[in-house]
Amino acid sequence: MTTQEHDASVYEQVQESSEFQDLKRRFRAWTFPMTVAFLVWYLLYVVLSGWARGFMGIKIVGEINVGLVFGLLQFVSTFLIAWAYSRHAERKLDPIADKLRHEVEEKSK
Amino acid sequence: MSSTALGMTLFLVFVAATLAITFWASRQTKTAADYYAGGRSFSGVQNGLAIGGDYMSAASFLGIAGIIALSGYDGFLYSIGFLVAWLVALLLVAELMRNSGKFTMADVLAFRMSPRPVRTAAGVSTIVVSIFYLLAQMVGAGALVGLLLGITGEAGKAWTIVGVGALMIVYVVFGGMKGTTWVQIVKAVLLMGGAALVTVLVLGKFGFNLSSLLTQAAATSGPKANPDSFLIPGLKYGTDAQGLIGKIDLISLGLALVLGTAGLPHILIRFYTVPTAKDARKSVMWGIGIIGVFYLVTLVLGFGAAALVGREAIMAGDKAGNTAAPMLAQRIGEEIFGSAGGMILLALIGAVAFATILAVVAGLTLASSSSFSHDLYAHVFKRGKASERQEVVVARVSALIIGAIAIGLGILAQGWNVAFLVSLAFAVAASGNLPAILYSLFWKRFNTVGAVSAIYGGLGSALILVIFSPVVSAPPPPAGVAVTALIHGVDFHWFPLSNPGIVSIPLGFLCGWLGTILSKEFNAAKYAEIEVRSLTGVGAEKASQH
Repeated sequence: MTTQEHDASVYEQVQESSEFQDLKRRFRAWTFPMTVAFLVWYLLYVVLSGWARGFMGIKIVGEINVGLVFGLLQFVSTFLIAWAYSRHAERKLDPIADKLRHEVEEKSK
Repeated sequence: MSSTALGMTLFLVFVAATLAITFWASRQTKTAADYYAGGRSFSGVQNGLAIGGDYMSAASFLGIAGIIALSGYDGFLYSIGFLVAWLVALLLVAELMRNSGKFTMADVLAFRMSPRPVRTAAGVSTIVVSIFYLLAQMVGAGALVGLLLGITGEAGKAWTIVGVGALMIVYVVFGGMKGTTWVQIVKAVLLMGGAALVTVLVLGKFGFNLSSLLTQAAATSGPKANPDSFLIPGLKYGTDAQGLIGKIDLISLGLALVLGTAGLPHILIRFYTVPTAKDARKSVMWGIGIIGVFYLVTLVLGFGAAALVGREAIMAGDKAGNTAAPMLAQRIGEEIFGSAGGMILLALIGAVAFATILAVVAGLTLASSSSFSHDLYAHVFKRGKASERQEVVVARVSALIIGAIAIGLGILAQGWNVAFLVSLAFAVAASGNLPAILYSLFWKRFNTVGAVSAIYGGLGSALILVIFSPVVSAPPPPAGVAVTALIHGVDFHWFPLSNPGIVSIPLGFLCGWLGTILSKEFNAAKYAEIEVRSLTGVGAEKASQH
């Protein structure tokens, strides 16, 4: 069992390490822009639903119109982004996070 | 055997099975981690199914299908917002919360803050959001019973709500998170199966040609003057008659839907039920897959009901459209297998819908009672000195009380569209909880004053704007138009939008920022701890061993 002070200083050491800073940068550099991107893409859809109904109503095949296809593309983009994030996390984040975690757990023993 | 009797039988089988699970779970539930987080021993796939079971509420199943059936395309907007919202949870919240929290949302918010004020705020917000959401599910239960059991009187609906409430209390009080999670897993499988069956039958009837389904939907239920308008946005939200205000309301709704999910306490605590952050990620991936497929299915159900049941019959069943999906099941069953087939399918879908409501209300009751006990009782009232045993006892008692409140409110709010009620819960969650969560996880400078301001600012403004919106009071509608406001006869509204999100969500972020910069408090050690813990999983709560 370690004391609070001891824990805190370990955390601060890890936080300052270049490896942790690298992990943080890799995490934020992927998730922050992607969050902005999917929110903009989604809001574009909502705005078009409000203001561009003529465009949304253009029929592509039979009764299937732009609005429906646009909506279905939101599903496709959601699935793709989720898959891409999971791949990114497994390859670029997990190895560093696991390594840092093991190091801290060794130190705390 | 009538459809009613068959439906009841199927539903009772579900109840018996879930009560057996609850009994089993109650014997496995010994520690606080068992009660609050199911011992953190669910696998990613199991929790993914439970996420689906928790999220695919009566609002999604009955409400969205109902809006699509009555207003066409506009219901689809809900599905999309509800799904895209999961990316916020996956990318920014799920893993970090799993790594740094313990039992409730407030564990993360209060991590580097002064615990009592922050836990009080987070506890209040959790309970308010959950009760809003509970209300929606209870209304769904009332709407369903009329159709399924042939009970149309107010008293019959009220008794159904009491029955549903009593069952949910049993699940939560005895089964805790373990029992509740299994109920949600079973329900998710049943719901996906039932909805997929009806969808395949409906598509089959139209030769698996979506276009001809849409043509008939628009012709049968669309406006006679312009059937094509049924297939584009604008019949319900942001109609041309509402002008600019209506369109801004649409944006407001869209924002609330996409930002609400990652602030819903009953969803957030699901991330604690798995052993590691990687499992939390995996469970959200599964959740997104299941939920996405489900909403595609709902689209077919909604347009199918519009095409095959028709607007008049749906309105006669429930004026808000909440019974469109089960009515569709009956109609398609009759058309393909004769009257017995219709009866069986109606019974099946009705029972599934009840199961859906039960599983979701159990999740909500668990989230709010956990927060009451862990945040308000153990940390605020007892200043962190409550024993685990006391905490679990208080959680169980508060589940009982919150369940009773939900029953009472559910009886009062009959006749509202449940998807709409849920959209208000999302707005409150997005305004009151999400800013504080994101700031806690990502903003170094964030502090106690900031957290408290973010929660009360967002929650308070959302609630005030709802109270003074046309949802609660409105001028009397022209003759022949149904009254939609909650309070009849008086009009005190001054806020023009029915969804507060576009104002209250930015206000939540703004209050959090302002509160933070006005206070000098900063704890470097605690910030280092939450940052390192949330990203690496150091010191994360472990799964319990049985």
